[in-house]
Amino acid sequence: MSQHQTSTRRLARRVSWETILALLLLFAVVGGTFLNKDFLTAENWSNLLANFVEIALMALPLSLIVITNEIDLSVASMLGLSSSLLGLLWEYKLAMPLAIAICLAVGALCGALNGFLIVRFRLPSLAVTIGTLALFRGFAYIILGDKAIADFPPEYTGFGIGVIPQTFIPMPFVLFIVLALIFWVGLHHTTVGRSLYAVGGNQTAARFSGVNISRLKMLLFIASGVISALAGIVFTFRFSSSRADNGTGFELSAIAAVFLGGVTVQGGKGTVTGVVLSLLLIGVINNVLTLADVASEILRIVTGSLLIISILLPNLIASTRERWRLMQRQREIAKLGAASVTK
Amino acid sequence: MTKNSIMRTIAAVCSVTFLAIVGYAQDKPIKKDLKFTIIPKNINNPYMVIQSGGAMDACKELGIEGKVVGPSEAGASAQVPYINTAMTQRQNAILIAANDPNALVPYLKKAMGQKISVVTLDSDTAPEGRSIFINQASAEGIGQSLVQTLAKEIGSGGDFAILSATPNATNQNTWIKYMQEELKKPEYKDMKLVKIAYGNDEDQKSFTETQGLLQAYPDLKGIISPTSVGIAAAARYISSSPYKGKVALTGLGTPNQLRQFVKDGTIKEFELWNPADVGYLAAYAAAQLASGNIQGKEGETFAAGKLGTRTVGKDGVVLLGPPTVFNADNIDKFNF
Repeated sequence: MSQHQTSTRRLARRVSWETILALLLLFAVVGGTFLNKDFLTAENWSNLLANFVEIALMALPLSLIVITNEIDLSVASMLGLSSSLLGLLWEYKLAMPLAIAICLAVGALCGALNGFLIVRFRLPSLAVTIGTLALFRGFAYIILGDKAIADFPPEYTGFGIGVIPQTFIPMPFVLFIVLALIFWVGLHHTTVGRSLYAVGGNQTAARFSGVNISRLKMLLFIASGVISALAGIVFTFRFSSSRADNGTGFELSAIAAVFLGGVTVQGGKGTVTGVVLSLLLIGVINNVLTLADVASEILRIVTGSLLIISILLPNLIASTRERWRLMQRQREIAKLGAASVTK
Repeated sequence: MTKNSIMRTIAAVCSVTFLAIVGYAQDKPIKKDLKFTIIPKNINNPYMVIQSGGAMDACKELGIEGKVVGPSEAGASAQVPYINTAMTQRQNAILIAANDPNALVPYLKKAMGQKISVVTLDSDTAPEGRSIFINQASAEGIGQSLVQTLAKEIGSGGDFAILSATPNATNQNTWIKYMQEELKKPEYKDMKLVKIAYGNDEDQKSFTETQGLLQAYPDLKGIISPTSVGIAAAARYISSSPYKGKVALTGLGTPNQLRQFVKDGTIKEFELWNPADVGYLAAYAAAQLASGNIQGKEGETFAAGKLGTRTVGKDGVVLLGPPTVFNADNIDKFNF
């Protein structure tokens, strides 16, 4: 009975967070439409969706990592490394498909290094990836120094800034949609996906129920490396610019989107839908405020506040519930005590 | 109609035509109801604030609705959303100090395709990304005069270092290149550039980099910092350290920022063009472009308000003029 109750309560809470996000998104879109006549134009939406595509890509594997109660802070540095490497290889006249493949492979290696240190030596991922954040960015600077490479072939930069013919949907955004679908199926409709929640919820229990935690985490960090490298390639083509400092600071935006999406810091909770909604919400809010010529400091304050609220709100709800339950139990005990005394 | 009124009509028509012709010949008109977006490198950079202020002053003179928007950090891609927004808002011109010479080009090209005039100021993009670039001073001139100033102060002998902005800052790297060219001349054979340090245009980093330079090279005679953030941080460190008076400091900075250090003797001389004039000239150039009076071709001339008439040079570059040298004698005449 009580078990049934908690599971429905958990379900209710999960549904409600995404519903809240969806409502906020709707509110932001309606607000934007009323505030600015240019908001609901195809051109604006094209820019809006293209704007956060790298962060969105990196947020996908990051969500899964946070669900298993780990974190990857090195994503933006892997983006920078991949972007620099792509530039270097292109400068050395390598064929573009081969250069792209090498960048993805190096991304996988970087992710594997993270995974190896975390799984093999049981080191905290926070510390390891702070280290590799600096390390990978350092590699990027070694590769490219203060150079910038810009002469990428038009058919590739065309992909970066182009839209699907006859629509306003940017090409790189399609890549994100496809990957989001794959992650959604993977997380919510496969055994591996379900075992991620088990690992995040209770690692020991998950181990006893036969989940190979080490392999799972290793795979997640490799996926994060590959997709961050992919984001680096998209970034390079979108701006036709390969530089060592590309994407500096993007890790914080990606993490913010993951937390706002309802993936909790403690692990074990969160959905792909939530993260996609939060990415869209942040994108729309940024766009509306930029169109209204709001200063970029204010923009950061808004995103920062959203993040704090997103962490604070579920915690507040949980703690009020807990307190209420305690109070009720105390009242019951008091009642029982009173009954025994009268006996 | 009486004969008198016919005469009067003819006279009126003649005088109107005459005025129109004279007006045209003197000064091609600026279109009405123009809207300009001014995008600095980043919005809380004091130098950029002055530059954008100059552009806004020119907009006011010309009756243009101008606004300053931009990112809070100077990343390669951070300005793109603001370019896109200007397109969506159908502005008539974009004035931009580019954070990256290439990353903005596809977006600026798109803007020009929508008949938006693009003027770069302070830092240029590749020429196909804009019609006109307002250059504050020739890079060669800056590089040469900074080396000359330092040589004068340290007597042409000894080790010195450069404290720059980020390793990929377009301006700083060009100036440093010309400094190195200048150093090849025989009169500087005893001057040795021992290190180029990067303060990333962050106050704290520039401060600790200065500290590091002076510790690593005890024989250092001087520092050149061709960035306003760098020189101010370096001056702050040197003025409160035992190196004060022993290590010469020069570079590019603003008078208000460096006044106290010129007065306490940490800095003898430093240089800068007036950033407000850079913005002012850019706004006039953009207004002339947006009104169809010029196209940004070499040899075209245009009126630039209080700065007089300017000529478009090779590759659409318009030069502001030589930098001003500031020292204890003249610094109080400037307030920016």
